[in-house]
Amino acid sequence: MRAKIVIVDYGMGNIQSVFRKFSLLGITPLVSNDVSVIKSADKLVLPGVGHFSNAMENLKTLGLYDILNDSVLIRKKPILGICLGMQLMTNLSEEGDAVGFGWVDAKVKKFRINNTLEFKVPHVGWNQVEIKKESMLMTGIDNLSEFYFVHAYVCKCNNEADVLNVSNYEMEFDSAFERDNIFGVQYHPEKSFEVGKTLINNFIQL
Amino acid sequence: MLRPRIIPVLLLKNNCLVKSVKFKNHAYIGDPLNAVKLYNDLKADELVFLDINATKNGTVVSFDLVKEIGEEANMPFSVGGGINSLTQIETLIKAGAERIIIGNEAAVNPEFIGTAAKAFGSSTITVCIDVKKNLFGKELVYTLNGKKAHKYNVLDFAKLMVQKGVGELIVQSIERDGIMKGYDKALVKIISDEVTVPVVALGGAGSYAHLKDMYGFCKVRGLGSGSSFIYQSEMKGVLINYPTPQEKITIYE
Repeated sequence: MRAKIVIVDYGMGNIQSVFRKFSLLGITPLVSNDVSVIKSADKLVLPGVGHFSNAMENLKTLGLYDILNDSVLIRKKPILGICLGMQLMTNLSEEGDAVGFGWVDAKVKKFRINNTLEFKVPHVGWNQVEIKKESMLMTGIDNLSEFYFVHAYVCKCNNEADVLNVSNYEMEFDSAFERDNIFGVQYHPEKSFEVGKTLINNFIQL
Repeated sequence: MLRPRIIPVLLLKNNCLVKSVKFKNHAYIGDPLNAVKLYNDLKADELVFLDINATKNGTVVSFDLVKEIGEEANMPFSVGGGINSLTQIETLIKAGAERIIIGNEAAVNPEFIGTAAKAFGSSTITVCIDVKKNLFGKELVYTLNGKKAHKYNVLDFAKLMVQKGVGELIVQSIERDGIMKGYDKALVKIISDEVTVPVVALGGAGSYAHLKDMYGFCKVRGLGSGSSFIYQSEMKGVLINYPTPQEKITIYE
């Protein structure tokens, strides 16, 4: 039987393209904000574009906070956080000074750029991703592949061992982390052509 | 290393692709979804779609068409045309658009940019600044296909947009549109040097050499063009094209 993948829909961002990428790989995920549907999932995807504190508020208002904690921490279901979804997995963010899920010991900071002539914020576009550790998620992905980024805040892990990818935009930041069943990517695999497709397929195959 | 995005900018009129010269004389190019398929194969960094008649007609870029584009496009894309409400933005993002481009409403009601950036995040909101000299040679912000002048000096307007929370600016020279002789580099640089958000240059490029020339002059984060990527040459035979990875390197190195 195929794994049941649920994309958590908490009213933030571009779910259509994430859904479509999974569908192209032969998996039709469910898109839901229903506790019972999320409970029934084998794997979860936490997408998201927008404001950190609004996102946490939405998740709580929808009654999804507890079920996500339970699914990830107790039931150890694999979860992929994308962009803002990755950031929500951390302890806290400077964006709205809000507290996150704290699944990964990391915090979210604003880009601090010196050369503002060249390095504009948000960081938008295709940037290279350096692979820092072995991971199923990176199977078949070349080191320094380019992924598509759109973000103004960055994750910084407190434990080096959690860092999966780093990227550079004047300053180095953690562009992906992995801790047990928890995966977060700052870039958008759903917008990153073949290499993104490979990553999503790797998550499906986990 | 982050490289500049090289962005085909595609104009929609009645849901068909067209291309203008100085914002006029729209030539029919073809079907937008066909173009998306071709740009998928060519691995374009990003696409921009602008419905050029939406504001004038009091309508919005077609949600249905954006959804179809979203189903087809393998790359991120932004859309603009007549957008002036949060509900419209939400619908367009759900349809698959990565970013929303606002023109007229930004000039008429700058507060809207603040509201939209707050609701959807700065990186979702782009403002397209169309620039033309008025009769006295002063560069002003125009909207409604270059027909309506606003009181803003271009740089002041750009800074105002950044202050409101915009995530990106497209700086377009109306006078260079479709001319294919190169960007208005000075105009783009004045703005890019003074703002903290990414700037996309638009208007006037007719060849990959023009893209290189612009990037050499000022490290913009995006190089936009219609004509370069839909015409074979200045003879304007339609040929959807895009630089290969090797050609890209020659543009930004």
